[in-house]
Amino acid sequence: MLLLGALLLAAFPLIGSTFYIQLGAKIMIMAIFAMSLDLLVGHTGLVSLGHAAYFGLAAYVLALITPKYEAASLWLTLPVAIVAAAAAALVIGFLVVRTGGVYFIMVTLAFAQMLYSLFHDTKLGGGSDGIYINIRPELTVGSIKPLDLEDPVQFYYLVLMFMLGVYAFLNKLRCAPFGRALAGIRANENRMRSIGYPVFGYKLGAFVLAGALAGLAGYLAACQFGFVNPEILAWHQSGTVLMMVILGGMGRFHGAIIGAFAYILLQELLSASAMFGAYAKHWQLAMGSLIVLIVLVLPRGLADLLEYGAVVYERQRMRAAG
Amino acid sequence: MFYLIQLLNGVQYGLLLFLLASGLTLIFGIMGVINLAHGSFYMVGAYLAYWLAGITGSFWLALPLGVGTALAVGVLLEVTLFSRLYKRDHLYQVLLTFGLILIFEELRSILFGDDVHGVAVPALLSYSVRLTDTLSYPVYRLFITFVCLLLAAALYLVIQKTRLGMMIRAGSSNREMAASLGVNIPLLFALVFAFGTALAAFAGMIAAPTSSVFPGMGNQILIICFVVVVIGGIGSINGAMIASLAIGLADTLGKVLAPEFSAMAVYFLMAIILLWRPQGLVNKT
Amino acid sequence: MTEPLLQVLGLSKSFGGLAAVDNVSLEVSAGALHAVIGPNGAGKTTLINLLSGDLPASAGSILYRGVEIAHLTPEKRSRLGVGRSYQKVNIFPGFSAFENCRLAAQSREPRPFNWLRDATKYDAIMENARRALSAVGLAHRADAFASILSHGEQRQLEIAMSLATDPTLLLLDEPLAGMGTEESLQMIELIGGLAETHAILMVEHDMDAVFRLARVLTVMVNGKTLASGAPEAIRANREVQSAYLGNADGIE
Repeated sequence: MLLLGALLLAAFPLIGSTFYIQLGAKIMIMAIFAMSLDLLVGHTGLVSLGHAAYFGLAAYVLALITPKYEAASLWLTLPVAIVAAAAAALVIGFLVVRTGGVYFIMVTLAFAQMLYSLFHDTKLGGGSDGIYINIRPELTVGSIKPLDLEDPVQFYYLVLMFMLGVYAFLNKLRCAPFGRALAGIRANENRMRSIGYPVFGYKLGAFVLAGALAGLAGYLAACQFGFVNPEILAWHQSGTVLMMVILGGMGRFHGAIIGAFAYILLQELLSASAMFGAYAKHWQLAMGSLIVLIVLVLPRGLADLLEYGAVVYERQRMRAAG
Repeated sequence: MFYLIQLLNGVQYGLLLFLLASGLTLIFGIMGVINLAHGSFYMVGAYLAYWLAGITGSFWLALPLGVGTALAVGVLLEVTLFSRLYKRDHLYQVLLTFGLILIFEELRSILFGDDVHGVAVPALLSYSVRLTDTLSYPVYRLFITFVCLLLAAALYLVIQKTRLGMMIRAGSSNREMAASLGVNIPLLFALVFAFGTALAAFAGMIAAPTSSVFPGMGNQILIICFVVVVIGGIGSINGAMIASLAIGLADTLGKVLAPEFSAMAVYFLMAIILLWRPQGLVNKT
Repeated sequence: MTEPLLQVLGLSKSFGGLAAVDNVSLEVSAGALHAVIGPNGAGKTTLINLLSGDLPASAGSILYRGVEIAHLTPEKRSRLGVGRSYQKVNIFPGFSAFENCRLAAQSREPRPFNWLRDATKYDAIMENARRALSAVGLAHRADAFASILSHGEQRQLEIAMSLATDPTLLLLDEPLAGMGTEESLQMIELIGGLAETHAILMVEHDMDAVFRLARVLTVMVNGKTLASGAPEAIRANREVQSAYLGNADGIE
């Protein structure tokens, strides 16, 4: 089923219009962001409400180091942005990972808000006005340009590649010793300590890795949008991505992808003025109500629903066959 | 003398924070629920003040009406939504209350629009006290400080000295035990929740004349409240008071000394405390 | 056996004014199982918590192989070879029995941050896990979810997990708690076998097991050691009889 999804995504630009191709790229960028949070929340059990900090920081880094009227080099700027996000995650993580439960949720939110205040109140990133990225980074090897990122289709494929790469990486991680240890920490942190795991180190590692991946997503988001302002670090952004993770079903990473698609498509639907007229601009009311409903009724998210649907389908198929 | 004014401002802001944070920390400590929408009640209070003062023409009338409404809304929400959250993972509490924030914000937008509104300071208190030849201090702010102190004292007395307070303290440390001793837990929780939200709304109402009424005001102050609760400790009213005052002063002084970084001052404070006393911020168990 | 593996000197733990463990001293050597008995509330579990690092001590010293470990975190002590099982079953219920042991064995993997290679490809770890599981007799239940194991099997899994970390000292907190006769006998045999190669400190209420397994016995009452020595001597001790053995319930 996953293979089918990947193929569909790969084939999409051949049939979609530019608007939808860009939307698709946007969704996939959010999917990367959501997967990075899923590593923390779904897999390790660390509920971070401030993950947008690393997403936004990487975006700002790109905006700040991109020359005004030239293209920056992707080879240079992408690693720098990711390292910056990871470094921030290291510093903040060092302070917050020692807390747990509700405290962790609150301090992650608070630190993200701190970064928001930094960019909003000071002139560092152009304040609340933000910064423009006039020309997208370019990907050059020697003197040839294998991929022109200004072209929506090529950008789409770049993002698709990254998304599939992150998905594959995280799933490998999940089955590797590090990932298994994180799962153990989520299941019973106390026991992990008493059998000899340096739990703090593992949690911090997960936090930094998640931050780095969020940075990748933020970089791509800045590339696509061409504009960065403090709202990219706002708690609303952190809340939204958390919602995507939970909506889609946690822990197996494909849920994060599903969640990203579901949320953004839903957002597009609810805010379509063609359908809802004057109420379209209040789409968040419907979205909020839907979230409340889903939490009350469907606690394990859409991925579960899809799997349930798949199981039912299988059973009917088998009944029809024999 | 200038610093006296800043001190008074800081204390006033801190006490206002305390009203909000005490509700938050009680709800955390007793019911184990993290409520992101707590800030929304602050906003609800402010908008209620604006609306009720508008239709009744009197701020003083608006206050009790507003608090009554907030209590009713609080009870309704507790019974329909929050009571289902007590046994759930924090993650789902976060998600549900996040959804609530969206709902509140949009309702506000639909009912009152997105503009910034003002609430007039009631005529009775709209003068200033002369401090020096050139500086004077608004009496209304003193009023806020006074009322907050009164409420804080009342809260302290109730929690420490009354039977209700005893039940609250019992319920917060051991729910099952308290229930088996005859404490009506569902009723207690509903009361605490309604009271917490009413406090938040009240804070919004009395703050409205000084801070105006605008979209997103609840969420801004909510995050500061979180910092208060983190520093003061979950469930601790005393901690909330100390932390609120500390943050109130830090924020106000920060605005004076380094206005660009004043918002960050609060978070720096939190970071320092996290570094210095991480064990003080770990759950009581 | 020259020096005892574990030396506890004047260990104390106070909660406010209450001394849960008061100036306790004892020694544990390999091959000589040391059992700690006493009425409920005597501080036995607190003692184990102090030794494993789950609780920090108020005073006293804990020497493991002659090195002070009282200030070390539980994970550091575990890495030094201190294994522990819990009175209330403390496993990973959502994982299979095998995975429980594999995780424990993995903790000894010297390169913890391997991110890409599948965990099941690490032969040494897999082998350690299999061995630990077989040692307790759970090899046939390797794939069962830990949550559906019987209580006795879960207790066996507890021990297996500790074994998978290759410990030299085992701290067992009521390993027979809640077990039926059949399972108890199995567990007694298992512990007896382990006692020959490991140093074991065991807290237990089951007098049958205690007198069968222990070479050294310490009786704790109200946080203090009442008596300590060879089992027969303890059994004959008048004070011990009146304080504990006379009123103790043997487990049928």
